[in-house]
Amino acid sequence: MWRSISWWFTFLVLLGAGLWPIASGSATGREDMFLILMLVTLASSLNILLGYTGYVNFGHIVFFGLGGYVGFYLMHRHGWSLGPAMIAGGLATAALALILGTIILRLRGAYFALATIGIHEAVRAFVANFEPFGGATGMSLNFAVYQAYGGAAQALWIAYGVLLVVTLLTVGISFAVKHSKFGLGLMAIREDEDAALVLGVRGPWAKTMAYALSALFPGMVGVLFFFKNGNIEPGDAFRLHLSIETLVMVMLGGQGTVWGPILGAALYERLRGYLLTSPLFKSLHLAFAGMLLLLIILFVPAGVIGWLRARFPATRRVIA
Amino acid sequence: MVSPGVWIASLIDGLLLGFVYGLAAMGLTLIWGVMRVINLAHGPIIALGMFGVYLLFAHAGVNPYLGLLVIALMGLLFGILVYAIAVHRVLNAPHLSTLLATFSVNMMIIGTGTALFTTTPRNIDISLGRLTIGPVVLLGTRLLAALAAVLITGGLYLFLYRTTLGKMVRAVASNRAAAELMGIPSTRVLAFSFGLGTMLAAAAGGLIATFFPFTILSGGTYELKSFVICVLGGLGNPTGALLGGLILGALEGLIPIALPVSWVPVIEFLLFVLLLLLRPQGLLGER
Repeated sequence: MWRSISWWFTFLVLLGAGLWPIASGSATGREDMFLILMLVTLASSLNILLGYTGYVNFGHIVFFGLGGYVGFYLMHRHGWSLGPAMIAGGLATAALALILGTIILRLRGAYFALATIGIHEAVRAFVANFEPFGGATGMSLNFAVYQAYGGAAQALWIAYGVLLVVTLLTVGISFAVKHSKFGLGLMAIREDEDAALVLGVRGPWAKTMAYALSALFPGMVGVLFFFKNGNIEPGDAFRLHLSIETLVMVMLGGQGTVWGPILGAALYERLRGYLLTSPLFKSLHLAFAGMLLLLIILFVPAGVIGWLRARFPATRRVIA
Repeated sequence: MVSPGVWIASLIDGLLLGFVYGLAAMGLTLIWGVMRVINLAHGPIIALGMFGVYLLFAHAGVNPYLGLLVIALMGLLFGILVYAIAVHRVLNAPHLSTLLATFSVNMMIIGTGTALFTTTPRNIDISLGRLTIGPVVLLGTRLLAALAAVLITGGLYLFLYRTTLGKMVRAVASNRAAAELMGIPSTRVLAFSFGLGTMLAAAAGGLIATFFPFTILSGGTYELKSFVICVLGGLGNPTGALLGGLILGALEGLIPIALPVSWVPVIEFLLFVLLLLLRPQGLLGER
């Protein structure tokens, strides 16, 4: 990995894009970039299960919301600082995925996809009724909390910096998984699970690890997002639509590649921003996103990166 | 202590709803049974059924139950259209493709629907009186909706077992290649089956609209209920869907007596995940 051209290319491009708002000190640039990096992290982590392992997860955002809740609860009620709360949020969701995974990854194909929808709804309904998490109204951070980070403005920059590190880490892990023996096992499961089992891939273990790994990062990002937001409530934390939009990003960029989720997230975010602000498409942006998704599935199922890599084999050296 | 009258009343109320839920789920389960596709546009199609009946009633003064016939026909045609555009090309691709293709249809309907109808709640203002038997009070609209659901289910069974086209649908469901060899135009039968599934969903939506207020987003709730019901009854099994609908309806009637209403979805979805794990073939399915 450390000698790979494509890894350094990915790392430097992301780092450059991420440092640009810090260098220019622009707050709007930072807000735009925060959203893009957040989506890149969500899409890249989903890609580990969806792209490499071939399991459709409609409940990816559960980890984002639940991690956010755990971290928020620790910061709000127990006065933890951002760093430990973020790590606790990520570990909590990874642990949940580990437990859930050992149970529901016995299901395959469409049954697994249905179960993830069920989990999403069950968790959302549970959190909305769970009093320590504030029930249906959620929780709000006291403004004084930000004083510890040198004021609210400074806290936003800190959250951004931490997010950049988490994003680089996620993409790094995604790259490492793809080029490891573990990743080969996952891809074997994607192509033919029974054959993979016969050839000695530890199917249940590998799938559960992929699921837990894909749950770790959304949990951490959730804490950052809701720390920046200042309040958390079930409707914001568990948006089934965001799960699906993350799927669209992975598909748009190209599932099963490292660059696919990165490019897909950035493209989709820009496109959505444009559709939302353009008067013509404002109210129809969802319909356009749907049409885009359908066109990709019907005509370019490999996504932008997959198509590039197939059409111009020379690009494979640089774009993982 | 809650009196037995309340229990009975809630149970019957729930069961009446259950018939309509079962009808909606049948649309989902039929499509899965015939072509192994989970139709994620199920919810928005239910919502379209609601709006169809509503628009006919509010703007043309058509009786909702008469309007239902028109909506059923339009549901059939719409389903065939969706199949031709979004589903046919990816039918043999991995599950991910069909799931996302039908979901893209979902997004298009919701997006256009939100732009056209906004998300202000609508309701069909119709009352058919009420029937009182001891402690049990039955609303006319719910009684009639349950009756309509039973009639449509009966019609579906007659169609599937007594008509040539229905037998073709079953033949394609059991083995598409063999059916094709017997001279059955399987592509057209698949398109028709998809239409049949969306027709059931739209009809169920039309019935629900006669007693619950709704928005274009309401379909999502019933789509999730349909998943739970399909898994209860076994995916691909229409009788199971009706049974699952009744069970879910009964649960929805009875749980609020003991717990706050907001716990209903928690219990429903826990049941859903548990069933997927313990009996993915459904309550009526065979191992």
